[in-house]
Amino acid sequence: MSDELQLPRAAGVFVSFVALLRVNGFAVAPEQTTAFLAAIELLGPRSMEAIRQAGLATLAPPPERRATYDRLFDLHFLGSEAVDHAGAEDEEVVRLQEEGRGEDETLLADEANESGLVAARAEALVERRFAPSQTSDALRRLSREAPARLPRRRGHRRMRARRGPWADLRRTLRDSVRNDGEVLRLGRLKRRTRPRKVLLLIDVSGSMKGRTDDNMKLAHAIVHAAPNVEVFTFGTRLTRVSRALRLKRREQALSAAAHLVSDWDGGTRIGDALQAFLAVPRFGGYARGAAVVILSDGLERGDPSALRDAVAKLSRRAWRLSWLTPLASGAGFQPQTEALIAIRRFVNDLVDGGSSAAIVSHVLSLGQRKAA
Amino acid sequence: MTVRGNIVGIDSPEALERALRTAYYLADDGLATAAYLGLALGKPLLLEGAPGVGKTEAAKAIAAVLGRRLIRLQCYEGIDASAALYEWNYPRQMLAIRQAGEESIDIYGETFLIERPMLAALRAPDSTVLLIDEIDRADQEFEAFLLEFLSDFQISIPERGTVRAAERPVVVLTSNRTRDLHEALRRRCVYHWIDYPTAEREARIVMMRASSVAESTAHAVVAAVGKLRREPLSKAPGIAEAVDWAEAATLLHARGARWPDAFKRSIGVALKDEEDLTFISGRLDALIAEAAA
Repeated sequence: MSDELQLPRAAGVFVSFVALLRVNGFAVAPEQTTAFLAAIELLGPRSMEAIRQAGLATLAPPPERRATYDRLFDLHFLGSEAVDHAGAEDEEVVRLQEEGRGEDETLLADEANESGLVAARAEALVERRFAPSQTSDALRRLSREAPARLPRRRGHRRMRARRGPWADLRRTLRDSVRNDGEVLRLGRLKRRTRPRKVLLLIDVSGSMKGRTDDNMKLAHAIVHAAPNVEVFTFGTRLTRVSRALRLKRREQALSAAAHLVSDWDGGTRIGDALQAFLAVPRFGGYARGAAVVILSDGLERGDPSALRDAVAKLSRRAWRLSWLTPLASGAGFQPQTEALIAIRRFVNDLVDGGSSAAIVSHVLSLGQRKAA
Repeated sequence: MTVRGNIVGIDSPEALERALRTAYYLADDGLATAAYLGLALGKPLLLEGAPGVGKTEAAKAIAAVLGRRLIRLQCYEGIDASAALYEWNYPRQMLAIRQAGEESIDIYGETFLIERPMLAALRAPDSTVLLIDEIDRADQEFEAFLLEFLSDFQISIPERGTVRAAERPVVVLTSNRTRDLHEALRRRCVYHWIDYPTAEREARIVMMRASSVAESTAHAVVAAVGKLRREPLSKAPGIAEAVDWAEAATLLHARGARWPDAFKRSIGVALKDEEDLTFISGRLDALIAEAAA
């Protein structure tokens, strides 16, 4: 910071605001604190709004946590009621709405029965605890083999090669300088391969209750085995949990994800969830050219036509679309539910998702498969 | 940190907002504050938001206000240093080596250097604005390289030495947020999330950009576009689409089309995706009637 910049005597209140942000999980670097103070100095004593704007610009809270930033700001500078922790309303939750119904209208949810086939009209929003557990053989296999076996695609960066479509002029020139300008060998370049995006959509509704714990553990393992994996959960809502699952320690990551998702073990609105997913441009963008894997039993409580349209759209964007259902664990599986019959022609694989071993085997086989 | 409270006569966010208006860009308080702080603190400005909210236009307007040339680096997957910084003109170098024969020749001279946007901005920091557009399309390797560039505004060309900017260049980065950027990049910049403008502001933008459009038409188009943005479309109409739609409908009306019909017939300039058009077609009449009410 330049010498002529005198910090106001009340700088403490701004520095402690940064501390409050950090306690609430905002990553603020020291250089940002300095920039924040310099910004306040520049803007002068105008209004609280100017300070809020200065904080937004220099401390750069992520847009999806803007609501928490505002609450903490009000608490710190205006003294409004206490805020304990970031709530789920910050997170990237897309509430599902039906046409002509307000957001507060309850959505269909399953009664607490294992089959999930009987519907009651209440949206169960519940917290979930993940019990610590041993890493299964399937997960170990996934972590070990995924880096080498997940699908790859041709990237746009180039690398040296014995044979390739482009001449490596940089290397050729360097060599020729050493040989008095003679070009003895033309270096070649080819396109480097990159890991293909993987998009995992996990059904966390009541009918999938038996699989949810293992599916979330699988998701955590995939996120750590591959560089660009996005994970969403859906039931009566759609929640992006990719960032939570990037925490290295599994228990920590799962509890962070559990905190975000509020519709564990409730109803299923697969069609609406997928439509909501596609409606957010950057979410929909994750699916483009990706290996899309949906873990769901396809027991749809909503309108099957919404599901059919969404799956059709998703399959057009995806490199390959796999639907893994626990109902397909028996031999000679034939889809019985209306939803699965409706989507069968749009998915590339409709296979067993009844055990971690089966899911891992399928995910690891994706690299050998062709584009849809 | 370089702090310059007064940049070419602009000494506050309000002054910048007024100046941007003369460049036909309506900025809200948040953007004007972030842009002013970026300029005053000598930090890059990172603008994130959905496609079509006016991020690139903001950079153009800032360049116009400062009276500088805009150098645009459009990012794409696989972009690397040779596309962003500099490249040697290899064929010419080889030819020069051949022609030189026994004489010595400097094949790494200025004549053989191809300047790319980032080097151009470093060499003329006081007369350019560097726009690094859609950084989210580039890969993480490029992002790491960019981070290095933005931290000390210098690059080293092994054959020629280090090029250092005489002063901090003005840099604007934009991102459509198709992936999360590295936290370190956000920390290095002054950050602003650009949202769609309020209906009132957007109507003013439409009228400012398209002088032939009547106020009532602008409000109707903005209301309709607002409704379309709430629908699950694969490509929501941006501000440019709202301007085009208002202009197209005005043109058709001048050629004799009735109002609701003029809106409906020109929907193709607002929605450019066949699936979206099919999805909305059943409700388009009601939507336009409601918006025009």
